[in-house]
Amino acid sequence: MSFLADYGYIGLFFVVSVVFALTTVLIPQILTALGVIPSKPSPAKSATYECGMDTIGKSWVQFNFRYYFLALLFLVFDIETVFLYPWAVAFNKLGLFGFVEMVIFVGILVVAYLYAWKKKAFEWK
Amino acid sequence: MGLAISFWLLAAAAVGSALAVVLLRNVFRAALLLISCFFAIAGLFVTLGADFLAMVQVLVYVGAIAVLLLLAIMLTREAATGSPFSRWRIGGAIASVALLAAMIAVFRATPWKVADQSVVLKPTTAELGARLLTPESGFVLPFEIASVLLLAAVLGAIVLVKEK
Repeated sequence: MSFLADYGYIGLFFVVSVVFALTTVLIPQILTALGVIPSKPSPAKSATYECGMDTIGKSWVQFNFRYYFLALLFLVFDIETVFLYPWAVAFNKLGLFGFVEMVIFVGILVVAYLYAWKKKAFEWK
Repeated sequence: MGLAISFWLLAAAAVGSALAVVLLRNVFRAALLLISCFFAIAGLFVTLGADFLAMVQVLVYVGAIAVLLLLAIMLTREAATGSPFSRWRIGGAIASVALLAAMIAVFRATPWKVADQSVVLKPTTAELGARLLTPESGFVLPFEIASVLLLAAVLGAIVLVKEK
């Protein structure tokens, strides 16, 4: 059971996040129900709030295609993390050899990063 | 006992949110429920003692695939109205039932090796890292080739997007 006990922290984190989300949603509801907060809705109050400006058009807009490329890059470097994670956990056992291996691994991916940079993939036009 | 209960709860959550993904009309909500399905599957991996797999599930599927999916929806014009293919209900139902039948048949025909109850669950990540990166286990070259594969993926993405 000690292995599963390690998940206690994640479980605790999960419970706290759920309770936090629920309380922030429920506090105004409860206070309204108790009559602490007066309920006087008006068109101005129920308008969609966006940084104090009136919203223009629909919220459904077509995004620029270039965002998708950034998402693809993110996916690739996310996969890199999948390899980095077990390496970091086992780091103390691996010694210098494991370190050199990971430097080569990351070095090859730095080439990808530099190529993307060189090709101006991160610039907006 | 608690493990079995959480397994079945998470399995029900996964199946429920997967069903909602198929049945919801709004594709954006369907994508959000797909994320909850991914989370439930990560929880299933935890109950099965596969901690590394659970982490990868959250990192790759919830973190990256879901972002890619949501971006693809946002890039698509009038994605909210759904695709014309969603009208092919009967054909889709027949195909998915056939797939389910095939999977159940394979599942039943496979001789599963069941571990005896005395197996102690222990963290797998450190073990995996050691096996992957020590020269004795022989995974050093595949490990480095994996980074070349990722490099090729980046180059492919750049070629696709930049050089039209």
